[in-house]
Amino acid sequence: MEQLIQQIASGLANGAVYASLALALVMIFVSTHHINFAQGEMAMFSAYMVWQLLQWEAPFWIALPTVALVSFVIGVAVERAILRPLRHAPVLSIVVVFIGLLTIFHSMAGAIWGHTIKDFPSPFPNMSFVGSGYIGPHQIGMIAVTMLLLLGLFAFFRLTPLGLAMRASAQNPASARLAGIRVDWMLALGWGLAAALGAVAGTLVAPVVFLEPNMMSGILLYGFAAALVGGIDNPGGAVAGGFIVGVLENLAGYFGNLMEKATGVYIVGNGEKLMVALVIVIAVLTLKPSGLFGRATARRV
Amino acid sequence: MAMTTSVDGRPTRMRWVLIFGRQAWLWVALVLLGLLPIIGGATGLISDYGFLQLSLMIVYSIAVLGLSLLTGFNGQISLGHGAFFAVGAYTAAILIDHWSWPYWATLPMAACTCFIVGYLFGLPALRLEGHYLALATFALAIAVPQILKYKHLEALTGGVQGLNITKPSAPLGLPFSSDQWMFWVALVVAVAMFWLARNLLNSRSGRALTAIRDDAMAASTMGINVARYKTVIFGISALYTGVAGALHAIIFEFVAPDSFRFDLSINLLVGMVVGGMASLPGAVVGGIFVQTIEKYADAVARSISGQLQLPIDIEPWTVYGVALIGLVYLMPTGIAGGLARLWAMLTRRSAGKTCSS
Repeated sequence: MEQLIQQIASGLANGAVYASLALALVMIFVSTHHINFAQGEMAMFSAYMVWQLLQWEAPFWIALPTVALVSFVIGVAVERAILRPLRHAPVLSIVVVFIGLLTIFHSMAGAIWGHTIKDFPSPFPNMSFVGSGYIGPHQIGMIAVTMLLLLGLFAFFRLTPLGLAMRASAQNPASARLAGIRVDWMLALGWGLAAALGAVAGTLVAPVVFLEPNMMSGILLYGFAAALVGGIDNPGGAVAGGFIVGVLENLAGYFGNLMEKATGVYIVGNGEKLMVALVIVIAVLTLKPSGLFGRATARRV
Repeated sequence: MAMTTSVDGRPTRMRWVLIFGRQAWLWVALVLLGLLPIIGGATGLISDYGFLQLSLMIVYSIAVLGLSLLTGFNGQISLGHGAFFAVGAYTAAILIDHWSWPYWATLPMAACTCFIVGYLFGLPALRLEGHYLALATFALAIAVPQILKYKHLEALTGGVQGLNITKPSAPLGLPFSSDQWMFWVALVVAVAMFWLARNLLNSRSGRALTAIRDDAMAASTMGINVARYKTVIFGISALYTGVAGALHAIIFEFVAPDSFRFDLSINLLVGMVVGGMASLPGAVVGGIFVQTIEKYADAVARSISGQLQLPIDIEPWTVYGVALIGLVYLMPTGIAGGLARLWAMLTRRSAGKTCSS
């Protein structure tokens, strides 16, 4: 029982990272209807930048906002310079551009910082508290930061004029343009926000998986699954999806081990838990194609 | 009678001659390719390694064609065709290794297996569209190497170590190396499969497939059974990629789960888009691209790093990424489409000159 709670807690913590990456994916999807396959590598690149600042002995809580800002600028620049000219290109061409971006960020990180695994210190103080047998301080911190991000985004989109303008240009670009909103810049802004969110996600996960150029490849997949489970156009759903995927993944491994102990037959172990989680995700999607919290859309022909 | 004349009124035989004449370059190219083992073997210009490379280009062309049938012509995105490639490869390897089948007999078996797997996967895929289908196929690509490593299947699949098979030598004591012989086999299979694909796409069914891609709802109002076409083309697409996988296993003499990681699926997708979506020549270009790009990216990266004194080394994958983005910019319809446009521009200009002079 204790182990089960532990597994769920660490699933929630992993889920927090998937959720923040899923938020970044949703951010770009809502404004441009693309799934940014390079999101994970951009997050990895940002995590390396934070690490570099820490090496130069900057305090963590200054390094992270600085890097989030730099990532924001990189995100805007990528949108303006690379994706803007391709806005009429077919979806698969865009996918190939994303794959190109992915390999560029990946190999640049390798070239600049090397391929060896680096230790990344956790920003959260190591202390004991009630329930610390079940969950570590870094894991609590990950969940807290993700919830803060979600609240912040919610406030931004609901309460500020800029957020309203962004929602308007995502929903109906033509009308938004007529109302005097610079829709082009809103898209770039969406990219920037996504890159900044990714920077936070990358920095949060770096102490868990250690810093190396490949660190995000599996996590992007989880983030993608999380976004789709929650409904790709719904930030709250994406966060819920992230936690669901994180817990499911851990439970798959846990129950697999339990069954092996009980029956002596190996069915699923840690090696297969990614697969099990994905199969469940796809089963959910087959039953509910627009995600758990997504809206089914009608289309005029 | 109506049967003896074609749509445009020309007698059928005349039209055949016309097609034959217009595609003369294709036949010349094929005959030259077919003669390569004889020429190359006699002069020693092409090594066995060269033939291996050429065979793999052909193999990847078939695989890219399979993906193109599904994604390019029918509009169902697949990020997981490496999975079908792996299923085909393992079917061939297991049949040869465990039951000592002759290599040529494994190809139809791989085709059948992959058709069934693809068809079955196409059933749930009917419910998913666009990005959702991309995720589902993505999951397939992740799952298949895991299944191949699965503990209870190890007796069959050889687990992480994979299976070793030996490359067949030329039959009847013909004086060709096995690499040269397999080049021929791959070429014949590829020509047959491209020919079949062309006929399929030029038929009523082919038009139905593209109609579904362009607008599924409009297609269904025209009386096209959308669900049946989508599942069957999923099967056929998997069949093509599976046959390519089987050929790959035989030519490469080795299968292992880690040869079929997710990168393979991505490479096939990139090959299809860069070569030219929904185009048969595009599939050929895509196959060549998949096989050669890494080596070229490596060479370019080396020469850039050597010539410029940069503070950091340029890595091959940076060159690869820049090349992908550059190709999408410069040739939005793929390399095949770009070359065709260039050719059209050149011929039009020369035609214009002859008119004015």
